[in-house]
Amino acid sequence: MNFLPRRPAAFFPALAIAAAFAFGWLPALAESPEEKGLRIALEAEARDRGFGNYTADQTMVLRNKRGQESERHLRISVLENEADGDKSLIVFNRPRDVKGTAMLTHSHKVEDDDQWLYLPALKRVKRISSSNKAGSFMGSEFAYEDMTSQEIEKYTYRWLRDEPCGEMTCWVSERAPVGKNSGYTRQVSWVDQDEYRIWKVEYYDRKKMHLKTLTVPSHQQYLDKHWRADEMMMVNHLTGKSTRLIWQNYAFGADLDDSDFTKVSLKRAR
Amino acid sequence: MTDTAISATRVERFGTGVLRWRWPILALTILFVTAMAAGGQYLKISNDSRIFFSEDNPQLIAFEALEATYTEANTVLIAVAPKDESGGAGIFTPDALTAVAELTEQGWLLPYSTRVDSLTNFSHSWADGDELIVEDLVADTADLSAADLARIEDIALNEIQLVNRLVGADGRTTAVLVNFVMPDDDVEAVEEVSDQVKKVVEKARENHPDLNYYVTGSVITSRAFGDATMDDLSTLGPIIIVVIFIVMAFLLRSITGTIATLLVVLFAAITAMGFAGWSGMVLSSGNVGAPTIIMTVAIAHSVHVISTVMLGMRSGLDKREAILESLRVNFHPVFLTTITTAIGFLSMNFSDAPPFHNLGNLVALGVVSAFVFALTFVPAFIYILPLRVRPRVEGQKAFFDAFGEFVVRRRALLLWGMAAIMIGLAAGVPQVELNDNWTKYFDERYEFRRDTDYIINNLTGVEAFEFSLPAGGEGAINDPEYIANVDRFAEWYRGQPKIIHVSAFPDIMKRLNKNMHGDDPAYYRIPDEHDLAAQYLLLYELSLPFGRDLNDQIDIAKSATRMTVIGRDMSAKEQRASADAANQWLKDNMPEGMATEATGLTMMFAYISKRNIEGMLRGTVIAMALISLILIVALKSLPIGLLSLVPNFVPAAMAFGLWGYLIGNVGVAASVVTAVTFGIVVDDTIHFLSKYLRARRERKLDAQNAVRFAFRSVGHALWTTTAVLAAGFVVLSTSGFEVNWSLGVLTAMTIVIALAADFFFLPPLLMKLDRSKS
Repeated sequence: MNFLPRRPAAFFPALAIAAAFAFGWLPALAESPEEKGLRIALEAEARDRGFGNYTADQTMVLRNKRGQESERHLRISVLENEADGDKSLIVFNRPRDVKGTAMLTHSHKVEDDDQWLYLPALKRVKRISSSNKAGSFMGSEFAYEDMTSQEIEKYTYRWLRDEPCGEMTCWVSERAPVGKNSGYTRQVSWVDQDEYRIWKVEYYDRKKMHLKTLTVPSHQQYLDKHWRADEMMMVNHLTGKSTRLIWQNYAFGADLDDSDFTKVSLKRAR
Repeated sequence: MTDTAISATRVERFGTGVLRWRWPILALTILFVTAMAAGGQYLKISNDSRIFFSEDNPQLIAFEALEATYTEANTVLIAVAPKDESGGAGIFTPDALTAVAELTEQGWLLPYSTRVDSLTNFSHSWADGDELIVEDLVADTADLSAADLARIEDIALNEIQLVNRLVGADGRTTAVLVNFVMPDDDVEAVEEVSDQVKKVVEKARENHPDLNYYVTGSVITSRAFGDATMDDLSTLGPIIIVVIFIVMAFLLRSITGTIATLLVVLFAAITAMGFAGWSGMVLSSGNVGAPTIIMTVAIAHSVHVISTVMLGMRSGLDKREAILESLRVNFHPVFLTTITTAIGFLSMNFSDAPPFHNLGNLVALGVVSAFVFALTFVPAFIYILPLRVRPRVEGQKAFFDAFGEFVVRRRALLLWGMAAIMIGLAAGVPQVELNDNWTKYFDERYEFRRDTDYIINNLTGVEAFEFSLPAGGEGAINDPEYIANVDRFAEWYRGQPKIIHVSAFPDIMKRLNKNMHGDDPAYYRIPDEHDLAAQYLLLYELSLPFGRDLNDQIDIAKSATRMTVIGRDMSAKEQRASADAANQWLKDNMPEGMATEATGLTMMFAYISKRNIEGMLRGTVIAMALISLILIVALKSLPIGLLSLVPNFVPAAMAFGLWGYLIGNVGVAASVVTAVTFGIVVDDTIHFLSKYLRARRERKLDAQNAVRFAFRSVGHALWTTTAVLAAGFVVLSTSGFEVNWSLGVLTAMTIVIALAADFFFLPPLLMKLDRSKS
């Protein structure tokens, strides 16, 4: 009965059922699943709007089928940019041989993102060719597109159902990429109805097979507003490999502006 | 013979009991067989090409470790070549490249696929100012100009990672290689994938009819293993039944007798296969010969029982007396031969290959159940049904009288002549080369084999040596010294005989270094600094599209890289030699931590025979010792028992020698032949020697007359059972699957040679050595 979301209790159940039957034949009057899916995504984005910028430390723990583990340490800075897309800077700290390498991303709402990498050993900035966001990020089970904020415009949405998740209720929606460079045909996400946090995402590959699952065990709220994941667990069901991405030391409202997210600034990123 | 008075009466009581309870026996037999048959519905058929390897097989363990570190290596390779053989542009035409691009796209859509590599999606990298561009080699197949095609051809034929792997060196064949991660032990997944591949290829054939398509790869191999199993199951069974029917009708000349025999072998096969179903055994190409072998070796029991009954009736006994007499005479020898045959097959449990355990156990069970049916069901059945006995053609008896006479008279010549033949044939054993090649497990009736042969001849090889080369610590693969070492190893391997392709990590590094220096060919070398190499690699990895990452070549800790060496048309011996040389080279030339050993499916099969023979050696010795001990006890003579070893053991050596002269290559089946045939051929010796000894002991005949007596008594029976056994194993040899084929041929050869040894060598040997009290 999604067409009566605001005041379901105001109706007698019988009336509600009658209404459901009556309006059920007139979908134009109701919010379509596509509209609802988009509305949830828009609302989630709107709630996070205004964070300005933040920095955080990331630790990735890669695990192969034999149980061997390997770590990657990164530091990420993100600058909100409502006009086009957010800007982000990732500085690699470990493995040691890539320490100081920095990746700058200017994401765009519609076109492909721009990306540059600064190689300290070469003391040069290299542009990374576009269309690469679906590949494995540093050998992990995360693709770059799984890790960063994703612009609404790059997907189409569809609400599927409501489902209890823990003590809350989640909207289960799917989204499909618009561009052809994604490795996925669709992603199904679980977003709680209280705070619009993502708890789980299932990734379906090009043959529509359930390839990976992302789970988020816990979130923290910053500045009384912005929810951020403490940890993300990505499991590849096909290969048996997994990657744990741990987020630490979130800091909002640092002294960052556009000049910190340019090709020139890459070289001094540390 | 061995019957003591007490056991004789016991056997007699058993005989009268069987006839009295004939109806219950009949009913019980049918009930029992029906119950066992119900297990058939639980029979599982596996198409796992790794089923021949036990869980503790060192080559399998090494390979699975490699797969768990990098990625599982299940593949489908679809090769494409223009139909027009005469010159032209080969595969560098818009049509061929479009077909490859479409197949590449379809590859991603195949179930369980994780990676697709092809000429069109090859991650070609180049520099454009400060940009590293990584792009599909053929990004768009629409509007390919002649210049585009020439550029693509130039890049492809000079790309070390493509030539002789995805592009033939002559540019006339190319391929799409799809990698899969298959769910564990999933028969249906293999069928699903291979069926889907077939559809994809059919579609391509329709859209691009000027191209030929060839399909191989480990998933297709698995499918062929499954198909071969089904083929053998559905064709060998009916053939063997027809053969048995014809041979029995001819030998026994009795409808009732023939039907009784046929029922016994069917019951025995059903009992064993039903048991396999109930107990959850898995049928595979390696043990699907079980019903055929059971039906073959189970015949002898009933033949002995029925022919003795008919012999008795012909000599004037009534049916009841003839049956009782037959049971009395046959109980012990049939029991004895059952035990020896069962021991021979049970020794297959010493093999390293799990399918052979099941095969041995099933045949042993079948033989034992055939023994029970032959002594209970057969007498009850022929007692109830009419049994007509026709007067015997006396020719055969006369023949074996004359034959015995011949052997006695020419004993010296035969003894030395046979000894010479034995030594001459056995001398061929060193010519036998252990050679298992899983693509050659299938004969040319299988499309898989024909396609694979084409691919070997025109594109690439199917022998792959995999090395996981440790760099000695996290991130250490970026150490220029390590890269240089791997490069030396790769270069060394490229110079080895029959090696046509080596994929190694340094090639990526060299190409990147060149790209980072504005594509200057002078920089096609290993970067000078560790950090620089690491950062190049990071940049490259960040540039690769979905599913095209390096995780199949680099471990997660960047502490080891994988090197894949492809050989063309190598025998298992050459494969072992190549791997040994590589392992040794690594030991001699590389830092200590880098030494590793070759692994992969190829290595597993290269060592399968050797490893199985090692296991079976113990099994064969134990089986021989047990059987000989039984013989000594049964014959109550140590010297004769020991003497019997010669005609029992030598035939296998002779058969292998003959094989060595005629064919040479032998696979994993060879490991079990000696033990299996020992249990079978010993039956002939038991029958011959027991008659010989009876003549010596009871009739006090001298050695020569005892030989004449033995020939007259059992010559015909031995000849016929050997003919049946040989026919049965010849049927097995019609299998299109090498393991079953060679098991059939080798066993048939051994059985025939064993009869020759029993007829031409054993008697002269007895006459020569057994000169005691005459």
